[in-house]
Amino acid sequence: MTTVQSHISHLSSQISLIPDPEIPVITIADLGILREVKEDGDKIIVTITQTYSGCPAMKAIENEIAEVLKNNGVENFEIKYTFSPAWTTDWLSDAAKEKLRVYGIAPPEKTSSDKSVLLVHQKTKLCPRCKSSNTEMISTFGSTACKALYRCKNCGEPFDYFKCH
Amino acid sequence: MDNKNHLLEYTLRLADTSLILGQRLGEWCGHGPILEEDIALTNISLDCIGQARGFYSYAAKLDGGAKTEDDYAFLRDERDFKNLLIVEQPNGDFGQTIMRQFFVSTFQYFFFDALKKSKDKTIAALAEKSWKEVAYHLRHSSAWVIRLGDGTEESKYRMENAVNELWMFTGEMFDMDETDAFLLNESIGADLKKIKPLWENKVKEVFNEAILQIPENVFMMSGSREGKHTENLGYILAEMQSLHRAHPGAEW
Repeated sequence: MTTVQSHISHLSSQISLIPDPEIPVITIADLGILREVKEDGDKIIVTITQTYSGCPAMKAIENEIAEVLKNNGVENFEIKYTFSPAWTTDWLSDAAKEKLRVYGIAPPEKTSSDKSVLLVHQKTKLCPRCKSSNTEMISTFGSTACKALYRCKNCGEPFDYFKCH
Repeated sequence: MDNKNHLLEYTLRLADTSLILGQRLGEWCGHGPILEEDIALTNISLDCIGQARGFYSYAAKLDGGAKTEDDYAFLRDERDFKNLLIVEQPNGDFGQTIMRQFFVSTFQYFFFDALKKSKDKTIAALAEKSWKEVAYHLRHSSAWVIRLGDGTEESKYRMENAVNELWMFTGEMFDMDETDAFLLNESIGADLKKIKPLWENKVKEVFNEAILQIPENVFMMSGSREGKHTENLGYILAEMQSLHRAHPGAEW
């Protein structure tokens, strides 16, 4: 039993190290995409969830997980999707948010339950480089579904904002 | 129809509406009026197609498990599609695409919000996920309706045209047929009669700011629940399904 347990926790930690294909500075576990790794009889079941419904990175993530499992000698596995609870940026830890900021992506604000999402006027986003609040939105949609595009009027750099969701 | 068939029918309607809207928005790829809007419209398209995939996968499960999401998207004909008529309407100019998006996103915002409380766990989960994305689509399209409606003489004229083109397709969003009534009674479906005033209030609020008029006494087209479409859907399917029909079983 102990060996089985450690096998699963080993697989689980290996899978949780997989970087996000679009934002490789954080892992699929940091992002909350990876929900569960468990054993069902002699089968390994990995449960993941999408950030946005149409996120095109999911296939790449599935392939990465399959590769990690195969590299660890696991042939009998299933990768499942779950929709509930719906993915939220609230699952990002402070450490993950700091990694995003250092990478040049302004992290999401504290909570997704903020109703300002329905208003045109939004809170100021801090520049991830110079931390100035003198920033402006360039585009509500960015390079991936989870980001918007901003510009810092202080240091002049454009930056991605990881949308609160 | 029994309980299961009503639920399958309902799930396919949700899937079809999202898929056809996603396909229409995808036509903007590389043609947006500005780069930011090219990205925005295709991002919204991706959300829609992702939502459709979730609903089609659930439909496949309800349907006995022999079909896949691709079978529904690529191997059905016009009469089998149950998407709302408004989503198959042509993109027109940017204003018309934005107006269509605003009408549909407003509807979906309240519709998915109601479905979050569905007794069917999968419908509730898919609705919750979709609702979050639609909230963003609604904010984006509202902002553009206001900017263009209360913009230049030209942009205002185009937005008025868009309203006139699309208004007749907004009525059927709130029609309740046998399936809607059955599933409402089962606490699975949403009460569209309750969603109608919410939709009207939101449209009124944004139109007031955009200085646009709500049309009166307009004949309302309907038919999507019976698979009766405008001529536009056939052309969309011809393009969307051609690869799959030429290469049966083609996969990504």
